Amino acid sequence: MAVNFVRPKIPKLASDPWAIQFDSEGRLRHLLTIEGLGPEWVTRILDTAENFMSVTDREVKKVPLLRGRTVVNLFFESSTRTRTTFELAAKRLSADVLNLNISTSAATKGESLLDTLRNIEAMQADMFVVRHDKSGAAHFIARHVAPHVSVLNAGDGRHAHPTQALLDVFTIRRIKGDFTPLRVAIVGDILHSRVARSQIHALNTLNTGEVRVIAPRTLLPADVEKLGVRVFHDMREGLRDVDVVIMLRLQRERMEGGLLPTEQEFFRLYGLTEEKLALARPDAIVMHPGPANRGVEIDSRVADGPQSVILQQVSNGIAVRMAVMALCMARRSEDNA
Amino acid sequence: MAAITPVETLIDRLSAGLRENIEAGTLHDPLMVGIHSGGVWVAERLHAKLGLSEPLGKLNIAFYRDDFTHIGLHPQVSPSSLPFDIEGRDIVLVDDVLYTGRTIRAAMNELFDFGRPARVLLAVLYARNGRELPIQADLVGESLTLGRHEHIHLHGPDPLTVTIEQSVED
Repeated sequence: MAVNFVRPKIPKLASDPWAIQFDSEGRLRHLLTIEGLGPEWVTRILDTAENFMSVTDREVKKVPLLRGRTVVNLFFESSTRTRTTFELAAKRLSADVLNLNISTSAATKGESLLDTLRNIEAMQADMFVVRHDKSGAAHFIARHVAPHVSVLNAGDGRHAHPTQALLDVFTIRRIKGDFTPLRVAIVGDILHSRVARSQIHALNTLNTGEVRVIAPRTLLPADVEKLGVRVFHDMREGLRDVDVVIMLRLQRERMEGGLLPTEQEFFRLYGLTEEKLALARPDAIVMHPGPANRGVEIDSRVADGPQSVILQQVSNGIAVRMAVMALCMARRSEDNA
Repeated sequence: MAAITPVETLIDRLSAGLRENIEAGTLHDPLMVGIHSGGVWVAERLHAKLGLSEPLGKLNIAFYRDDFTHIGLHPQVSPSSLPFDIEGRDIVLVDDVLYTGRTIRAAMNELFDFGRPARVLLAVLYARNGRELPIQADLVGESLTLGRHEHIHLHGPDPLTVTIEQSVED
């Protein structure tokens, strides 16, 4: 069955802006945001990731699912961890991987982006993994790629970082199981954090008992309550009895003066120390999407302490990215006919 | 539809064949690996009957199928687990039905990603016509000749029963 994809010149404003993530048969095609996935797809991704965890234990850490496919890491913004885990995920699925680091120029961005896309498409790419400092960049690319190409959002501006959120809920699920009784606190720079936004969507999609955000007013988006979170400005209050503490990186490079007094002051109020962590449940786990600013948002003794699962997050991220890649590529039979 | 030999009789037959091989020294201290899901059920019984000391291995070949783009990827209930080192060992690979041979090809590809066994022997409950690859079983419970629209279905895990069903498609 041939599917004709319309390529509108003007961004399509569908009633459901997330519908673009699925093909005409309701299969996952792109992963741009957690919104619109629903508990079924989030759970399916996590279950698939669980199966990929075992691949790491074998002598040949590869399965041949994406043999002969080409995955292009299209990074308009620098990243080490995310790019390398996407690269490793693609390689463990036996795909060929091309890494392109493209610095954005201020002028004629839209046009050059499309030109870049057309060029890479001409190299027979099957999947773009996109990171960009502008919100909506991955959506824009997804609207313009050829029908057989999948786009994964590896972080766009302040908007979304869905695979990070999926690996976070995957990590929580592996340790805690059911989400409904859990209290999860996300702490720090919510305002600049695409990770926090995606985490909140993922946690609420999975019916987490209570999602809290803990931050100073200056580092919270204006309508944060609408995302379905309980807001705390006092960290000691917010951490009380939580099962999971997610620390965010203080995005110093995105700060425009006046949002923060000093880093020392921030650490005193919102940095995670052993003493503050003691207010959470005794079996609480500590997470951080990395790279951590030690002594700014998290004390080294906590980051390296027994409750920290920061390194597990990194390992889990490979399996989760394998799952997303495999699921998006598993739909190509008819579209690509 | 032909009358079918009870599954337990076929398992006894396979078990006796494997024992003969072990006693004759042609199969040395074997490890047993079942292919998910029917093959695992059969392998569990063989494993118990032979009293093998090492645990049973299980292969779920979903990541190795050559038709994954056609059928999509389904989250698996149980991933592959080989709780032993297969390097240099004799392996008995067990499946319920040998049909096109594609499952066995995928299983062998996956097996070799865990190491290099000394020998792989294939034991199947049923071998039917319709091979698409040059793969044959070493031990067969029963050989069946079936029509293109007929399919063997093993139901389990307990009790193990078999039915031959007609597919409505093609």
